[in-house]
Amino acid sequence: MIINWFRYASPVSFYPLAGRLARAFGILAALLAAIGLWIGLVAAPTDATQGDAYRIIFIHVPTAWMAMFLYLVMAFWSALALGLNARLSAMMAQALAPTGALMAALALWSGAFWGRPTWGTYWAWDARMTSTLILLFLYLGVIALRQAIDEPRRADRACAVLALVGAVNVPIIYFSVQWWNTLHQGSSISLTAAPKMAMIMLAGLLFMTAAAWCYCIAAVLTRARAIIVERERSAGWVASLIGSGASP
Amino acid sequence: MMHFLEMGGYAWYVWMAYGAVAAAIIAEIVALRRRSRRAFEVARMVQQAGDTDGLGLQVAGTGRTR
Repeated sequence: MIINWFRYASPVSFYPLAGRLARAFGILAALLAAIGLWIGLVAAPTDATQGDAYRIIFIHVPTAWMAMFLYLVMAFWSALALGLNARLSAMMAQALAPTGALMAALALWSGAFWGRPTWGTYWAWDARMTSTLILLFLYLGVIALRQAIDEPRRADRACAVLALVGAVNVPIIYFSVQWWNTLHQGSSISLTAAPKMAMIMLAGLLFMTAAAWCYCIAAVLTRARAIIVERERSAGWVASLIGSGASP
Repeated sequence: MMHFLEMGGYAWYVWMAYGAVAAAIIAEIVALRRRSRRAFEVARMVQQAGDTDGLGLQVAGTGRTR
């Protein structure tokens, strides 16, 4: 069966699809998180050098990965919005920023509570931490810029430019542990090398990462639906939707 | 159970990290539900009023809605 993806570039078609996907990914996120938390907090053994403090890895790494990945996805939708003047792309970029900011904040927070028992400090102006803090500021900047501009299409363009310029920070975060001599450890997982952790720990981390993915997809799609209704509220299809008694 | 909660002496660090994540996710879900409901309410009001932007505002001197 060939799916006409361009059909979903229209808010009218995308709105119901986003609702179905958000529900499915939300349920999947809860199931994966339940398994991941059980492995991470109960089944995985205590680490020989870090003790139980290492269990923070099961939330720190997924939130840090999602913070970086969501920024790149936001930049991708921003590029489409700028290049094709597609309003749904701009709405998707708008929907991504708050969840991305939340993931960046949680990565910094959980990292601080991991750093104190292992490095002896909650914070250091280390390259990885500083560049992740800049990522949080970029997300907050995109959100603030949108709030500052009344006209939605002008706000779309301004935010898209900021999102695209800020994307240069993502490879800096990723490679910071190689480019500079940092307090932050290097990556424990690589696509090209064997993992530097026990299989059960890796399984817990992968379950939690999958849960974070599914949660972010569900949250972003739910926000995108709200944004669509906010911005298309005068449209006939929204009137039909409300008239049909549909719930948000 | 106490042994589990103590986290080998790292309870403050582990539970502060996990607690913040749980609180943030709950807060985001609540905020998303509120925003979705609010968007529907405003859209309903706009449709009922037949107003183009839902604010009833007019651009100064033009007589047309913003």
